[in-house]
Amino acid sequence: MNTDPITGTYSGNRGLQIEEPLIFEQGEEGRCGVDLPEPPKVANRLGGLARKNPVGLPGLSEPQVVRHYTRLSQKNYAIDTGLYPLGSCTMKHNPRLNEKMVRLQGLADLHPLQPISTVQGALELIDQLAHWLKTLTGMPAVAMSPGAGAHGELCGIMAIRAALEHRGDARKRILVPESAHGTNPATAAACGYEVDPIPANAKGRVDLEAFRAKLGPDVAGIMITNPNTCGLFEPDIVEIAEAIHGAGGFFYCDGANFNAIVGRVRPGDLGIDCMHINLHKTFSTPHGGGGPGAGPVVLSAALAPFAPVPWVVHGAGGFDLVEHDPRKQAFGRLKGFHGQMGMFVRALAYMMSHGSDGLKQVAEDAVLNANYILASLKDDVSPAFPGTCMHEALFDDHFLKDTGVTTLDFAKALIDEGYHPMTMYFPLVVHGALLVEPTETESKDSLDRFIEVMRGLAARAKSGDAAYFEAAPKLTPRRRLDETAAARKPVLRWVPGSNSAKAAE
Amino acid sequence: MSTLRYTEEHEWIRVDGDTATIGISPYAQEQLGDVVFVDLPQPGKKVEKGKEVAVVESVKAASEVYAPVSGEVVAVNTDLASEPAKVNSDPLGQGWFVKMKLANKAELDGLMDQAAYDAYVKGLH
Amino acid sequence: MRYLPLTPTDRQAMLVRIGVRSIDDLYRDVPAKARRDRPVDLPSHQGELEVERAIGAMAARNLGTAKAPSFLGAGAYRHHVPAAVDHLIQRGEFLTSYTPYQPEVTQGTLEYLFEFQTQVALLTGMEVANASMYDGGTACAEAVMMANRVTRRAKAVLSGGLHPHYAEITRTHAHFLGFRVEPPPADPDGKENLAKLIDGETSCVVVQNPSAFGHLQDLKPLAEACHKAGALLVVAVTEVVSLGAIEPPGAMGADIVVAEGQALGNSLGFGGPYVGLFATREKYLRQMPGRLVGETKDVDGRRGWVLTLSTREQHIRREKATSNICTNSGLCALAFTIHLTLLGEAGFQRLAALNHAAACRLADKLAKLPGVALLNRSFFNEFTVKLPKAAGPVVEALAKRGILGGVPASRLWPGEKSLENLLLIAATETNTDADMDALTSALKEVLA
Repeated sequence: MNTDPITGTYSGNRGLQIEEPLIFEQGEEGRCGVDLPEPPKVANRLGGLARKNPVGLPGLSEPQVVRHYTRLSQKNYAIDTGLYPLGSCTMKHNPRLNEKMVRLQGLADLHPLQPISTVQGALELIDQLAHWLKTLTGMPAVAMSPGAGAHGELCGIMAIRAALEHRGDARKRILVPESAHGTNPATAAACGYEVDPIPANAKGRVDLEAFRAKLGPDVAGIMITNPNTCGLFEPDIVEIAEAIHGAGGFFYCDGANFNAIVGRVRPGDLGIDCMHINLHKTFSTPHGGGGPGAGPVVLSAALAPFAPVPWVVHGAGGFDLVEHDPRKQAFGRLKGFHGQMGMFVRALAYMMSHGSDGLKQVAEDAVLNANYILASLKDDVSPAFPGTCMHEALFDDHFLKDTGVTTLDFAKALIDEGYHPMTMYFPLVVHGALLVEPTETESKDSLDRFIEVMRGLAARAKSGDAAYFEAAPKLTPRRRLDETAAARKPVLRWVPGSNSAKAAE
Repeated sequence: MSTLRYTEEHEWIRVDGDTATIGISPYAQEQLGDVVFVDLPQPGKKVEKGKEVAVVESVKAASEVYAPVSGEVVAVNTDLASEPAKVNSDPLGQGWFVKMKLANKAELDGLMDQAAYDAYVKGLH
Repeated sequence: MRYLPLTPTDRQAMLVRIGVRSIDDLYRDVPAKARRDRPVDLPSHQGELEVERAIGAMAARNLGTAKAPSFLGAGAYRHHVPAAVDHLIQRGEFLTSYTPYQPEVTQGTLEYLFEFQTQVALLTGMEVANASMYDGGTACAEAVMMANRVTRRAKAVLSGGLHPHYAEITRTHAHFLGFRVEPPPADPDGKENLAKLIDGETSCVVVQNPSAFGHLQDLKPLAEACHKAGALLVVAVTEVVSLGAIEPPGAMGADIVVAEGQALGNSLGFGGPYVGLFATREKYLRQMPGRLVGETKDVDGRRGWVLTLSTREQHIRREKATSNICTNSGLCALAFTIHLTLLGEAGFQRLAALNHAAACRLADKLAKLPGVALLNRSFFNEFTVKLPKAAGPVVEALAKRGILGGVPASRLWPGEKSLENLLLIAATETNTDADMDALTSALKEVLA
């Protein structure tokens, strides 16, 4: 038997890094991971539509299934593993109390369409969370149903358009800073608006003059992230709000960076009309490998009447759920049922745990941690803008000039050091951007170790060792993958007869 | 004798009588990286100078390709569907995108010749 | 505070390194009118015990399906989830991991999503599936928008048997994007003729199978009628377990299939988070919204997986994206895929058979009650009964007796007099004979 050419072992495994084929490559007829009783023989009433062919699913026993997914999990980096310096993602610790609460009987087992009288406690919970969100933001209303941040953006822009249509003046353009996250222009387009970009000034903030020049009676609104995607607070935000209102438009605020100001600043005091809140960012609900999230949207008095159904109301007789707007002003429904209840429970547990004093400390520690990194690295890694930052520190690739090492290569080398890379190439307004957001749940020790590694890698890049970076990562379950081939000839599922995982000839 | 001209958006156009062939420049394909897909128009489509005529995608980016001149699409490079890499390996030849019938030859006057384009690209950095 | 590692000593040392005197200096860009001198008016921090008590008290005020015999369907279904599923999804490397943008350190997520995509394609009988959407309803709206792009038309025909939430979400998008949706009259008898509503402007017909009223239909004739007119057939499935017993939409000519995946691996949870399934034909691949995982090799030539065809998505195309979607329903998709893996072919088909048998038994018992009529000739695990009086108050009365007896049609189609007496009832493998007898006798009492 020959050893694997890459690992040098017979199995192809490397210690705890175990190669794991697909479930389809290990299934067998006659194996099953559940024990179900024999179904009674009934004359079926399937209208002649009984399945003619098998689905094609593999049969595995429980031990195999547990081992399969355990091995897969061991190939993943996670917050539980280490620091995720991902700018704008707010990868803070996910408390386990949240997981316990969401699984409580009386919450996990509720069907969404049970009679309202049987779910008063659930409606109370949603109402409580709504209260926390409104109070923290200083806004009078909140739409709870959007299922993710981008979904919340859609909700906000739809509410704006509904309000304008109600006035008989739908308008045409939405102003979006060039530094905005891609969801912003995509959302505006999805609501039938034209996107008009506003440039950033040399300090990384919205160019106020350029913004004023674009105002007109056809501007429906502006979408601003604050703090912005460069990690900087927009100091002119009150003026921007006044100007957009003066032009008859609305102010949408992207709440992705709320972690910098939660408990300290209420966006309502800055003049916004709506803001989506990423519960999976600021409020610790787990990222789950890509989802699910939740994106409730706080709304001003002007937009509140147009909020989508459903919403919870609190009357003398208890809580009720309005699923069809009697005034017919709600712009419609955005999601099935009532919203991401599982994320509501988690977020409320988190908020109650921190309290208003704790949440203020969250924001301050988040800002402190990011500035500590910025101050510690500014001589080795080039900051994109002078001065201090908010909860995330933005660098550009100037420090890599003439080294032959790109931002991408640098990030891949960070992986071998045991870190997930920071956000790269975003925002687009900075060349070769590296955006670092440590969050408040990193200890000073953790930051110090990260800073040392970053300094080491920066020095190594400057010393001319480009080959090291181009070959990185070397120590991971897989090395750099061919994304070009994946896109040119997409293979998006397993098919019977595919090869199993062996090195190519 | 066919003439090769370039736009500031890095499209090239080679004219032969009344028809022209269009593609993206070597500089453009280098900036884009490995091309994975090209979205081509239907023959018969009428395009205006400066408006989108195709989209070229790499792994990390998608770029609009604008018509350097106005006209009607008469042929598209169907080879690119199975071999998008031709845009990278031979951008001025086998990596062509679209052939067009010109509506207004005068529009060619505003375009750059090889020397002007080379100088333009140099000035971009 | 247990989630905040920084100590006062740490903070002081850090302020020195940064070169400011206090944390307030870092907030100097905040306009004066927004500065606050006291914390926001909310309770202060609490320990785990207090939080458990508070949330526990809210949970205790609900009567859930774990305690009460429950026959609710209408888009969310109670099934038994094997114990291993919840343990596995709570592994920190799944629970607290990010989107797999760095594939070298997320092969776990990418491999299970590839398996998920395969399972969804197999279940629906389609060629390709994405890595999940928010839920079935939003997936349905996305399918219609995709059909509009593919056919370059702007009018969708919706079945009167489509879940009203799916229809409402689609109509919301239609209003803002400027495409048309024919508002469907409800079809409780399963008799509508959608083919005659198709014309040269129709981008797609959206039909649900089993329908919201439980009826099963052979979609082949409708698929042919769509294709003849150059339109697409979109099929929605709200109960994925049905695919273990009935012909999949792909075998009947569907062009896009959307589904709610909650029934496998995911608890009812009062409506979310759930997981939307989306599958289509390979030729429409580049018009499909949502994340996609593709197979490839690394520099050592070893098989691995990556997110692919990202140029459709918002972070690259921005305003030209196929959708503004940024996320999938990762952890819910994982729960779905683990549950389905434990079931396998034999288990999945047996689970479906148990569900159908349970529904048949219950339908027989209920049809014997005076004044109660079963509307369905065919059904999977959910059917519609017509009561001699309004179903809404009946369900309330049943709840007072500790039974969650189905969803009144008026909950989903309010104000429709002709539907007032209709009750949607689901039975799954979790309903015992004792449950069914309890429902039957309580209903008899309430109707008397």
